[in-house]
Amino acid sequence: MNRSSFLKRFTAILAKEFVQMRRDRLTFAMMIGVPIMQLILFGYAINADPRKLPTAVVATDASPFSRSLLSALDHTGYFAIDPNPYTAAEAQALLARGKVQFVITIPSDFARSLERGERPALLIEADATDPGATGGALAAMVQVANTALAHDLTGPLARLNPGPPPFEVRVHRLYNPEGLTQYNIVPGLIGLILTMTMIMMTSLAMTRERERGTFENLLAMPVRPFEVMLGKIVPYIFVGAVQVTVILTVGHYLFGVPMVGSLLMLSGVLVIFIAANLTIGFTFSTIAKNQLQAMQMTFFFFLPSILLSGFMFPFRGMPGWAQTIGEIFPLTHFLRVVRGVMLKGASWAEIQPEVWPLLAFMGGAMVVAMLRYRRTLD
Amino acid sequence: MSPDLAIEVSGLNKHFGALHAVRDVSIDVRRGQICGFLGPNGSGKTTTIRMLCGLMTPDSGQGTCLGFDILRQSAAIKREVGYMTQKFSFYEDLSIRENLRFVARMYGVPNPRRVVEQTLERLGLTGRQKQLAGTLSGGWKQRMALAACILHEPQLLLLDEPTAGVDPKARREFWDQIHLLAAEGLTVLVSTHYMDEAERCNVIAYLDMGRLLARGSVAEIIRGSGLTTWHVDAPDPGALAHALRQRPGVSMVAAFGNTLHVSGPDSAALDQALAPYRYEPQLRWHESVPTLEDAFIALMEKNRATGVVAA
Repeated sequence: MNRSSFLKRFTAILAKEFVQMRRDRLTFAMMIGVPIMQLILFGYAINADPRKLPTAVVATDASPFSRSLLSALDHTGYFAIDPNPYTAAEAQALLARGKVQFVITIPSDFARSLERGERPALLIEADATDPGATGGALAAMVQVANTALAHDLTGPLARLNPGPPPFEVRVHRLYNPEGLTQYNIVPGLIGLILTMTMIMMTSLAMTRERERGTFENLLAMPVRPFEVMLGKIVPYIFVGAVQVTVILTVGHYLFGVPMVGSLLMLSGVLVIFIAANLTIGFTFSTIAKNQLQAMQMTFFFFLPSILLSGFMFPFRGMPGWAQTIGEIFPLTHFLRVVRGVMLKGASWAEIQPEVWPLLAFMGGAMVVAMLRYRRTLD
Repeated sequence: MSPDLAIEVSGLNKHFGALHAVRDVSIDVRRGQICGFLGPNGSGKTTTIRMLCGLMTPDSGQGTCLGFDILRQSAAIKREVGYMTQKFSFYEDLSIRENLRFVARMYGVPNPRRVVEQTLERLGLTGRQKQLAGTLSGGWKQRMALAACILHEPQLLLLDEPTAGVDPKARREFWDQIHLLAAEGLTVLVSTHYMDEAERCNVIAYLDMGRLLARGSVAEIIRGSGLTTWHVDAPDPGALAHALRQRPGVSMVAAFGNTLHVSGPDSAALDQALAPYRYEPQLRWHESVPTLEDAFIALMEKNRATGVVAA
């Protein structure tokens, strides 16, 4: 078996896969439709820093202090304050029914206690069932408490002014100054969508041949497992490239996600990442007995990938053991590369520690696939 | 190893768990012969064929296929063999032409375009070359599968029940093709359930429960069965058949219209059994030769009667 016959067989499988892909319209549409749909959902629908949260106020104190406080809260953008007055019981009911996210209670003697220097308490009750929804708003509260009354505390009340803190804090939000969720999500989506579609497509590759009975014919031909694997994987590298192009284009024009670093370098890593996913998919397809099992294995791999990679939740927020597991998944490493290159303009030296694990993963999966690929029907 | 034998295997065994699917099967097929492979469902035909072309590894046994060792040289065997699976195993979402082109390139056929063209022409598929394989009827699928099996010019064809579910005309044409190919020097091993197809083979091998029970030409197998057969035309064949089955020395009674085929393993015993009916005026008796089917059924029943104990 010389090199030219290797090329003949490899291109024969390649050509066959492309024709089959073209005939399978639904799958083809899905491969392009899924990235667009996910982009729109994640880009427009999902916000990790929610604002304008419904807020009810229980206030029996109609002092200028109360008004200043409420207007300061309003200005943070986190609170959508309901102008109707509520009794404490009504407000509790609203909170319980989930109609409001916050209830702010200003006690009736607020103004008087304040003037006396008694440090009256302002109560904020939050529906904290979803900590993510309340976090940003509650952080903004601290700032409000410090500054809201600065204009009202004049004359004899000036002594109540807290005055400037002994030191100044300067925060620079690097790489994403406005804290836009899309900047984080769009690069992440490239990894997520590739992981999902690439593994799914190739995990079906061999099982489909087996279920349709064409596998027996393939086995009867003088073809080596490596040639079959290569011929089944390479077409999807093109599909992956199309998906990436769609995501990057839409991300750029719709959400203005920047590309600070080198697109060429990112493309190189993308090819490795796509190939790693395709290899694991192919490995699944040599293990699974039918297409259903192949799908189950895909999801078994996909779920921890999104949960532990840092796509959904901050990677550093996880305990050590979870981080260790997360390090196994190609998505984890790819996310660091893609966010690094697109948002931070990372250089090769900065991303290369993430590239080796991708290559190692791919190599390992390839070995398993070759060991599992059966040359006979036994 | 004899150079004029295309297949020469001996003592093949294959187990699937507790099932002993193939037991000590030995087959020789001369080059250029058409060898029919017969036997009931589950008798081990498909497994034997798969072992011959390297798709399955025998548990024991050895031999050669086209001079290549079946255990160690399966890659070489695959290049020289055309294997047609029992179930259609080409890509239903590819056209006839695309399927053939794929096969031609996988076998590294030089000038695949021309070879595909010629093969389409030869099997009368040119008019349908753009049709998707999945939309073809049984006869056309079988014709396409045969085209795919021969386009790399193999020396040996292994056909696993190629004509199952194909209409008589298509079957006839298929067999004409097989004979043409054999005349060109191709060796063919073909499994089938049809007796008329078996009779078109040069040699026959008969398998039951994994055992090779008989091999030889049609005449040899019939002779080897040791059966004697009488045909009798009867006005009420049902009643007569029932009566004859009770007689010792009668092993088989089969009705064909108003004619009964009555067979027994021992000619003298059969004569004795039939004696009371021989001169009844409404019955017309004449001695005949057993059919191939009679011979197979006799072989199978004998095997089952003894084989169960041996197993």
